[in-house]
Amino acid sequence: MLEITLFYIAATVALVATILAMTRANAIHALIYLIVSLLAVAVIFYLIGAPFAAALEIVIYAGAIMVLFVFVIMMLNLGEKGDAREKQWLSPAVWAGPALLAVVLFAELLYVISSANGPVSTGVVSAKQVGLSLFGPYVLAVEIASMLLLAGLVGSFHLGRRYLDRNTPEEEKSQRGAE
Amino acid sequence: MEGLNIPLNHILLVSSLLFAIGLLGLMIRRNIIFILMSLEVMLNSAALAFVAAGAHWGQPDGQIVFMFILSVAAAEVAVGLGLVLQVQRRFKSLDMDNADRMRG
Amino acid sequence: MRELIGLIAFIPLLSSVALILGAGRLSRIVIGCLGVGSVGVAALLTAAMGLDFLANPEPFQVTLWTWMQVADFAPGVAIYFDGLTLVMMSVITGVGFLIHLFSTEFMEDDISYARYFAYLNMFVAAMLILVMADNLLLLYLGWEGVGVCSYLLVGFWYQNSANGYAARKAFIVTRIGDTAMALGLFLLFTELGTLDIQALGVAANAKWQVGDNMPLLACMLILGGAVGKSAQLPLHTWLPDAMAGPTPVSALIHAATMVTAGVYLIARTHELYLLAPIAMIAVALVGLTTSLMAAFTALTQRDIKRILAYSTISQIGYMFLALGVGAWSAGIFHLMTHAFFKALLFLSSGAIIHCLHHEHDIFKMGGLRSRMPVTFWSFMIGSAALAALPMTSGFFSKDQILLQAYQMHGIGPWLWLGGLVGALLTAIYSFRLVFVVFFGQANTEPDKHTGWRMAVPLSLLCVLALLGGWIIIPVAEVFPVASDHHPAFWVEAVSIAVPLIGVAIAYLVFYSRQLRLEGLVKAPLMQKIQHFWFSGWGIDWLYDRVFVKPYYGLARVLKSEPVDALYNLIVRVNQSLNHWLSEGQSGQMRRYIASMVFGLIVLLAILVGVL
Repeated sequence: MLEITLFYIAATVALVATILAMTRANAIHALIYLIVSLLAVAVIFYLIGAPFAAALEIVIYAGAIMVLFVFVIMMLNLGEKGDAREKQWLSPAVWAGPALLAVVLFAELLYVISSANGPVSTGVVSAKQVGLSLFGPYVLAVEIASMLLLAGLVGSFHLGRRYLDRNTPEEEKSQRGAE
Repeated sequence: MEGLNIPLNHILLVSSLLFAIGLLGLMIRRNIIFILMSLEVMLNSAALAFVAAGAHWGQPDGQIVFMFILSVAAAEVAVGLGLVLQVQRRFKSLDMDNADRMRG
Repeated sequence: MRELIGLIAFIPLLSSVALILGAGRLSRIVIGCLGVGSVGVAALLTAAMGLDFLANPEPFQVTLWTWMQVADFAPGVAIYFDGLTLVMMSVITGVGFLIHLFSTEFMEDDISYARYFAYLNMFVAAMLILVMADNLLLLYLGWEGVGVCSYLLVGFWYQNSANGYAARKAFIVTRIGDTAMALGLFLLFTELGTLDIQALGVAANAKWQVGDNMPLLACMLILGGAVGKSAQLPLHTWLPDAMAGPTPVSALIHAATMVTAGVYLIARTHELYLLAPIAMIAVALVGLTTSLMAAFTALTQRDIKRILAYSTISQIGYMFLALGVGAWSAGIFHLMTHAFFKALLFLSSGAIIHCLHHEHDIFKMGGLRSRMPVTFWSFMIGSAALAALPMTSGFFSKDQILLQAYQMHGIGPWLWLGGLVGALLTAIYSFRLVFVVFFGQANTEPDKHTGWRMAVPLSLLCVLALLGGWIIIPVAEVFPVASDHHPAFWVEAVSIAVPLIGVAIAYLVFYSRQLRLEGLVKAPLMQKIQHFWFSGWGIDWLYDRVFVKPYYGLARVLKSEPVDALYNLIVRVNQSLNHWLSEGQSGQMRRYIASMVFGLIVLLAILVGVL
């Protein structure tokens, strides 16, 4: 029973935190709510017998990826002015239509998952099982994932480097033309 | 550690709700950072569904897909945040509505 | 000799082309020599041809070349020469020559001297083609050529937009008649398979009976063309306005060319008309009505040229009356005498206008008898002939017409009576003109005198107008013989007496002023009638209301292109669609996502089977 209670608590926390994260005007606040949400999901992973996934969720998602967000937000140094504008953008006129769409989509998903009965399995899927599977049948996918990460690395370096330069190439060119 | 009696469809319900919330955020936010956060929420909700399904069958595949989602999310965020910097640089703002040069 | 007949039409044509090409490079003397000389040569050739023909009165045909050939239809540029052609050619070249000679002095100061003679020569050439044509197609070519030339000449002084208006009116109104005539030609060709005039008569007689519908229809269509060209009711309105052209042009239009074309056409196709008695009655009635209407109008006009114009309409009406009652040769005879005295009247009025600083109003003239004796006598003789005083040329021809009208079965005496009223009115208005212009006190001093180039044509025409009645026109072979039966003596006596009475009335009213009409004229009813007559029986007004205004209205409606509105609608719809669709392509990510979600919803709904 404890697990079930914990699950509902964690699910509620995840949902509330996500909603709050989506509606914050300040990016840092939203980010913190998002981390809370991710941690709650990690709890759910643990409860349904996936401790390895829970650990990865916390280490990589809530840790590494969110830290990237924090870096970028700090780098951009958005002030109070940005917050006021964000609030203005969140008027009912803006979200009423999308909300309707989201609700309809959710209703459909509900209809689809209503056929999925039964509890989750009692056993724990250990890190060993995962590791064996990962480097067994899925080894090719691991290679592809590594390539994807490499591409992401190169891409982000390429995009981020330009920001550090003083001017865009176009501006450089026009400046050279002016001289 | 005994995972007992958590109904699968409740987990999927949570996953769907998270997905819908993420989608809503994607549709209503104009700030590109929030858009990326919404994407993270959606990816995470999908990951939750996979892990739950894996747990349902007692197989590791769900967690493996979760790890792939994780790597996709990491790559996506890396590139996406690089784009955030460029958007800020070009438009002096994070408002994606400004980036409408593909308007018909 | 006979092969040279084509030259008669081509010499004026060549001269016209030469004048057009040489415009601006030829001296006035050369232009005059070319313009007058070409018509003079044509007149001499015609005279030679006439002498030859009178010695050996045999009609002949000369084919110059085949104009075009489409299967069996091969109209030639061919000439048919008989007595009728000879009469017409003599009138055109003879009177035309005198008018050309007169023009050299009248137009002396005009800057467009060469253009004037080019048009004038072309006019004569077109009219010659018309009368010499062997088939109706070639005739139609001349017919349209005459129309074009009249347009060019009426609008000769084009700097004044009123003249341009008159020219367009002349062209468009005659065009209505021409359309009817073209339809008539099509009908004849489809029915009889030829347009050759001689063959047409034979074929028509072989195919149709007297009183058939088809010849009636064809004749009515041809009558439509004749009515347009000869300025008869209801298409006469262009002629009074055509006075906008130089006066010698008016003389040419009224006497030698153009308006006589309709009379000629009906006379030429008389074999068809004989098959359609109803059409002949229509011709007679059109002629009589026009004649009376124009005479009443002429009575009230003040402009010397307009009076003469209405008198022309009236006289052509007489010719139509003659044709309608079957007095073909009388009609052609009147055509000829009318050409003499009307040319004389117009040229002398031209002389007056020329010498009086282009004054047209007869009430501003007066007392010109002693100042312009040559002109006075010319005008006097012309008016006498017009009024058909005994022994003048007009007397012989008009008398013939009236007597033959009287002998027609049924409505003959009524036509005669109408003709008499017309003759009375003619006498009154023509001598009103004489008394007002030449007698009484002088209102305007002439500043020029007529030179020999004006005096010679006037004197020659005086002789013709006086003695032209003795000419015997060689058309006996052309037309069926009119009945030689003489009506009762009193009929002839009355016919002779009526013009004299008219002259007496004019004398009493306008010269000695013993008969005072002021009381009558000032009466409100008479004022209205006078105004009505003055405006040409309101026909211009009527046409303006019935045709011109609605046409303008229609044009205004069509100007906004109502049909295109449909196509514009398609354009609008597409443009608004484009607008909406490009709205969709907003470049805003949120919208794209929303639409993707919408599509996702629909797809999912289909997958789970809701839809």
